[in-house]
Amino acid sequence: MSSISQNAEVARADRLIERHEKDNTTIFGFWVYLMTDCVLFASLFATFAVLRNNTFGGPSGATLFSLPYVLVETLSLLTSSFTCGLALVSAQARRKTQTIIWFIITFALGLTFLSLELSEFHKFVVMGDSWRRSGFLSAYFTLVGTHGLHISIGLLWMAVMIVFIYKRGINKLTMKRIRMLSMFWHFLDVVWIFIFTIVYLFGALHA
Amino acid sequence: MMIHHLSTTFGSLLGRLSLKWLPHDPITAFGAILLAAVPIGAALLITYTKRWRWLYREWLTTQDPKRIGIMYIIVAILMGLRGLADVILIRTQQALSSGSNHGILTASHFQQIISAHGTIMIFFVAMGLMFGIINLIVPLQIGARDVAFPFLNATGFWLFFAGMALINVSLIIGDFSATGWLAYPPLSELKYSPTVGVDYWIWSLEIAGIGSLLAGINFVVTIIKKRVKGMSLMKMPLFCWSVLGSMSLVIFAFPILTVTLTLLALDRTIGTHFFTAGYGGNMMMYVNLIWAWGHPEVYILVLPAFGIYSEVAAVFSRKKLFGYASMVWAIWAIVILSFIVWLHHFFTMGAGSDVNAFFGIMTMIIAVPTGVKLFNWLFTMYKGKLNMKTPLYWLIAFVVVFTIGGMAGVLMAVPPVDFQLHNSLFLVAHFHMMIVSGVLFGYFAGITYWYPKFLGFKLNERLGRYAFWSWLVGFLLAFVPLYILGFMGATRRLDHYSSSLGWQPLFVVAAIGVVFIIAGVIFQILQLIVSIWQRNGELKAGHDPWDGRTLEWSLPTPIPVYNFARLPEVSTRDAYWEAKKTNYIDDRPYEPILIPKNSPLGLVIAAGAFIFGFAVVWHIWWLAVLGLAVSIFGLIYRSMDEHTEYKLSAAEVKQMDQMRFQEIKS
Amino acid sequence: MRINKKWLVIFLVLISFITVAGIYLSRVNIPVLEPKGPVADKEFRLLVGITAIMLIVAVPVFLLLAYVVWRYREDNPKRGQYVPDWEHSRWLEGLWWVIPTILILIVSVISWNASYALNPYRPILTSKKALVIQAVSLDWKWLFIYPDQHIASVNLVEFPLKTPVHFYLTSDAPMNSFWLPQLSGQIYTMAGMQTQLYLASDVIGNFTGRSANLSGAGFAGMQFIAKSVKKGTFDSWVERVKTHSLELSLSAYRKLERPSSYMPVTYYANPAKGLFGDIIAKYMVPYGQAHENMGGVSS
Repeated sequence: MSSISQNAEVARADRLIERHEKDNTTIFGFWVYLMTDCVLFASLFATFAVLRNNTFGGPSGATLFSLPYVLVETLSLLTSSFTCGLALVSAQARRKTQTIIWFIITFALGLTFLSLELSEFHKFVVMGDSWRRSGFLSAYFTLVGTHGLHISIGLLWMAVMIVFIYKRGINKLTMKRIRMLSMFWHFLDVVWIFIFTIVYLFGALHA
Repeated sequence: MMIHHLSTTFGSLLGRLSLKWLPHDPITAFGAILLAAVPIGAALLITYTKRWRWLYREWLTTQDPKRIGIMYIIVAILMGLRGLADVILIRTQQALSSGSNHGILTASHFQQIISAHGTIMIFFVAMGLMFGIINLIVPLQIGARDVAFPFLNATGFWLFFAGMALINVSLIIGDFSATGWLAYPPLSELKYSPTVGVDYWIWSLEIAGIGSLLAGINFVVTIIKKRVKGMSLMKMPLFCWSVLGSMSLVIFAFPILTVTLTLLALDRTIGTHFFTAGYGGNMMMYVNLIWAWGHPEVYILVLPAFGIYSEVAAVFSRKKLFGYASMVWAIWAIVILSFIVWLHHFFTMGAGSDVNAFFGIMTMIIAVPTGVKLFNWLFTMYKGKLNMKTPLYWLIAFVVVFTIGGMAGVLMAVPPVDFQLHNSLFLVAHFHMMIVSGVLFGYFAGITYWYPKFLGFKLNERLGRYAFWSWLVGFLLAFVPLYILGFMGATRRLDHYSSSLGWQPLFVVAAIGVVFIIAGVIFQILQLIVSIWQRNGELKAGHDPWDGRTLEWSLPTPIPVYNFARLPEVSTRDAYWEAKKTNYIDDRPYEPILIPKNSPLGLVIAAGAFIFGFAVVWHIWWLAVLGLAVSIFGLIYRSMDEHTEYKLSAAEVKQMDQMRFQEIKS
Repeated sequence: MRINKKWLVIFLVLISFITVAGIYLSRVNIPVLEPKGPVADKEFRLLVGITAIMLIVAVPVFLLLAYVVWRYREDNPKRGQYVPDWEHSRWLEGLWWVIPTILILIVSVISWNASYALNPYRPILTSKKALVIQAVSLDWKWLFIYPDQHIASVNLVEFPLKTPVHFYLTSDAPMNSFWLPQLSGQIYTMAGMQTQLYLASDVIGNFTGRSANLSGAGFAGMQFIAKSVKKGTFDSWVERVKTHSLELSLSAYRKLERPSSYMPVTYYANPAKGLFGDIIAKYMVPYGQAHENMGGVSS
């Protein structure tokens, strides 16, 4: 009798290990995906580097960019990364409401960032400096815009995540997804640091 | 203002689409009708035999890599037939179109056909066969019950299918790209290619490419994380190593393709200037980017075929693979080198001597690991006991053809020699020799080798032999003249040439070669039919007809959905070969198994992508938004579903397993 | 005996096939293998040399393959020894890592030097001053401008023999590749960019050239004739073209620029000053800022 229950115990433990391995596999897979996204951004950075001086008589970064404005954008995104981290910490502590609140704050900051970016785009386009103006502007809009698109996807994901946590609470599955969402969000933050440095900072410095 | 920019392109409800885009000339119309007849005929047949429910349950919604693999291969074979139809038109045109005769096709139609031929053969035939065989074999060889991400895998297949569908729709409505299989700008820009052709090319590759990327992620993770206990990396079958190399290339190369195609699409659709002539665009940046993907792509296709040859060499020589460690190192040398050679595709751009020389030398260095592999296969056969069956024939033909093609490759890696051979028919002969022998022959060998594992009977050997000889003779007749034509100054993609050049006889020989290849294909189709006919006779195969070495041969045929009722115990290479030496009887207890439930959502996501692609091609923006919404909806809906697996209890597994073995015994 | 008959038939078919091919090949012109100028000649020698080195590996592969397949096939009664577990030999594997590496090393050195020596931008050293020709690929024809002789021609380029010809090339159309196989290898022509190429001819003759890069519907018609002639013939040809041809004014160029294929040979006198530079410049700077009056990129 006892040996049978012992066997069942062992089997259950095995299944738990299997579950755990499965979660690990998913996280590992997500890292691999992030690597492909890295290559994607690297290609876009490369095109930007090639085209950065091809202004074809149009404006260069130095005349276009306003560093204080971009700094505000950067701060809102960096802060959102921080609050996203707090959401993860709350989730690990199994605090459902707190997690949701931090995610809502993160969402709001992300939305702020996106609005700032779009209004900057709008300003340039109104001035006649759209992606049609020159190779440089094509590369600028596409690189920064692709990051913005990723942010939008991240926001959509976060919205779904908030509903998901609200409905199902914090369990193994939601925990795994929260972890991946936060990886994604931090990744976008890192990409933005590169954009800020290479596109805006270098662009504004090089006359 | 931003809205205004976009709204100029919004236009009417149907965008650029109108009935005038239906085919007019007889050849295209015939092709379009034939093509439309395939799905319509299939649909009628399914309705007539009342098989829709079966199709939906067993195939359209399946998450089982074995079934997905078979679907990949079926799509690839059908697309191969279309690619072959393109070949027939190309060879006929070039055999006739000399002097005052302008052949059967207009220049633009001819150029569409060569573009379609290249695109289809690489993306939908070679990639399809590759992913098909990987899906079928990799989980079995590493002793896994499933891939790491079954849903992702199924979605990848359906995206591949959607891309395939889109490229075929281009034959029915609109036109196809007439800019070669890689669509160099500025020719592929709106200014020089104003119709929908290039857009079809972009979006069908974009969608299929994202599918490939998903599959790549899945298989890298599968091989790294799902190997059975005891199978360390250096104990993996070599096919799995080659797939790991190939899929690593996929995850690094395909994002570059995604970016490149997107940028070209942006140029054509919203008026950016990445690759335009003027406005600060840089056309050579496109050529760099596309080859930064394109060269690794060649190795993505070739490496798994190398893996198949390694399996075939060992099994059909009844001997251990020679130089396993060397083989692994060679694979990784090729993987790394393949990323630093892309510039050899355009030495003639006028880069400096040092740049050209560097890329040329890197290219030549690839010949070293490739040569090592050739010698190792030869020495696997040496001191073996050669079971002369068709897979081994393909291997032998491959060694000969690949060596000749490889020599041509090293020649062209020397920049000044390349100046004389670049874009000539010599180049065309070279890469067909590499890809047909290095990829297609390999997949033929693989299909013949693994066929009985899945269907329970072997393929007819005699017809296979006929197919082999027809293919080989036809192939040499079709491509050796092209080497000479290259020396004679004939460039690729010519729809017409002067009669005074003396090229016509060689083009005629090449066309005769294609007749032999068609005979080979007919023998292959016959082989399939006859083998099904004879399946219960001498072709009937047990679970291990070739005296196999790797784990897939330990399984019963047909393979149960969970692959392994009890996970195998592995402690050496060639695990099954070693196990057969001992009389081990597995009496371990059965355990419950989790199996992914069927889901139609992969299909839904891909359908959304197809609608999106079609709509963007024709500038029907509302439909594009709708298609995208369908895909996103499918994704979110899937994420809400927590119950994606069902459980087979230990008792059920035991019952199913013992029933199978009783069937084998009886 | 039946097997012997089969092999005999195959052998006869092969022999007759090779004979026919041999007769055919001896009667046609194979430009890459029959170079007529110093550049193409060096490229041809390189081709032969590298092929010879590669045969050092390829021939053993073929011989070994034939031997192994004959010796170890299962149904061979004189089959060699079967050693199913032999899977590794440090010595042998070392051999085929090292020998190909050495050969590739040799080829690499040759390749590196050749890449410099045969850089298309590298002048051909002779006592004679090079003749400058500016080549423009158009939809779908070749325009050759002689800036110093003040003439131009379409789909025909003429130059004196044994004199270096210095081409400057660009495109006012999609990308093309300039190829005159009997005299030199290719170089791309790209809008908004300039490439260069030196070549020379050792003999009097007419050579066929073409574009090697797909550039649209009329691409197959982008064939041109290169005439290598005596210095005197060349000079009188220049004079004739100068006096008997239409002027290549800007408006004439605009007409010429329109797509057309299989265009017959045409001569022009007095090409507009700075035409070649303007063709490049119109892709480099916006409309109105280009010097002269070419205008900017159309559409």
